[in-house]
Amino acid sequence: MVMPQIKEAVMQLDVSGTENAVVARNVSKNYGKVEALKNMSLEFPRGQLTSLLGPSGCGKTTLLKIIGGLLQPTSGEIEVNGKPVNAPGPDRAFVFQDFALMPWANVIRNVAFGLELRGVAKSEREAIAEKYIADVGLKGFEKSYPHELSGGMRQRVGLARALSVDADVLLMDEPFSAVDEQTRRKFQEDLLRLVQNENKTFIFVTHSIEEAVYVSDQIAILLPRPSRVSEIIRPTGFRSMDADTIRRNPEYLDIVDRIWASLRSYVE
Amino acid sequence: MVSRSLQLKILSAIIVFGAWEIAGRIPVSYAFPTFIDSMVALVRMAFDGTLLVAYGETLKPLVVGILISSIFGIGIGLWIGLSEKFDWLFSPIFIVMQAAPLAALIPILVMAYGIGLTSKVFVVCIMAMPVIVLNTAGAVRNTPASIKEMGKSYLGSDMDIITKIILPSASPVIFSGLRLGVSAGFIGAILAELKITPTGVGDIITYSRSIADYPAMYAAIFSIIMLAVLFLNLLERIEVYLFEGNVRGYASD
Repeated sequence: MVMPQIKEAVMQLDVSGTENAVVARNVSKNYGKVEALKNMSLEFPRGQLTSLLGPSGCGKTTLLKIIGGLLQPTSGEIEVNGKPVNAPGPDRAFVFQDFALMPWANVIRNVAFGLELRGVAKSEREAIAEKYIADVGLKGFEKSYPHELSGGMRQRVGLARALSVDADVLLMDEPFSAVDEQTRRKFQEDLLRLVQNENKTFIFVTHSIEEAVYVSDQIAILLPRPSRVSEIIRPTGFRSMDADTIRRNPEYLDIVDRIWASLRSYVE
Repeated sequence: MVSRSLQLKILSAIIVFGAWEIAGRIPVSYAFPTFIDSMVALVRMAFDGTLLVAYGETLKPLVVGILISSIFGIGIGLWIGLSEKFDWLFSPIFIVMQAAPLAALIPILVMAYGIGLTSKVFVVCIMAMPVIVLNTAGAVRNTPASIKEMGKSYLGSDMDIITKIILPSASPVIFSGLRLGVSAGFIGAILAELKITPTGVGDIITYSRSIADYPAMYAAIFSIIMLAVLFLNLLERIEVYLFEGNVRGYASD
């Protein structure tokens, strides 16, 4: 009779021990009668990259947009740094699947746009933007327009924009799905470095199992109908290894296989 | 070295004016003057001040009408594009306006507003406004959702999103609406001068025809076409100046 209580107390201690940057509590989202998310709870540890992985229709993008404040949950709440939020805020920055660049603005204005909307003076925001443009490897393209850039370069602009507002949490909605395979691999390696160097929390939506296992500290597998978190996997063995050797690591391969086995039946 | 596009423009002008000259010399009709005669009449009217006085009259309803149509057209179009309710309320008016046979409406306008400037401005507006409103509304409605979301997620206010995202994004279609609207406005201005009271360029056309001075009549028509073309070019320059990246292409191409 006593044992379960002790176990519960230990569990709670564990939760408060790992500090979470973002917490989703019992989040539900209905579109009319359709339940996109049902009673979903999930924790995103600070300074780590958490992937939301699942078949299409599992609500992973919906959850990301709710965290970003772009959608309102029907019930439940989102906490960022311990405070409940229901609108976009300076603590979160978004990277979009289709880049969401403004075609009429050049690279530097696109990158500085987040700061422009916050009322930062032009010279100051352009100095910050220049730094991040160089960081993502686009030095020399400041005055180019988005249509003059390749898909990969456009997403680098989107990434620089998200970094330049210096938010704690980066929300990435399938950021590499619209770029070609080789650029994508380069992006994944860069992302690993980014997670290590920047003290930021990353929430990463993807439908690629390999990508999720490759880049994540924590993978939340979401399943559809009704949408729920079926499993949380934390790859530990290869996280500190060199980027080149991860794909040959047995743990990496095992996790990829395991995830595919559990998702297989949901893919029609 | 003259650029290739300019060469082609000159070539096409030579072909058109050459054909005009030949047709005038045959002649296809006694009421059809040659190109050279028309140009001589144009130069004559330009130097004796006739054209200057005429355009002083014609430009009044034209400029007022186009200004009203542009400002209110883009404003109403923006409103319609942003609000479904206003779409239902206002779109039908402009669709009917666009389809209405204007010449048949002119007598009603004259009864209501007399034969002065007001009626002429109305004619210009009826011609120019619908296409500006409908183009603006359509473009605003079709702003890519992800750019609007981007604005929202980077803490843009509603006003920021309208002025910094929706309007620039809609600008190529708004400008094409303006171009169509302005050319329709030119037609409206001349129509008003032919149908309501003969003043300005419309007066030159009517008067020259009545005394069979066909070169002068064609010179007047030619001059208004030239003015319209110049105005459209100016509009294009403004667009390139304001939204450079838009004119060159889209990120989604």
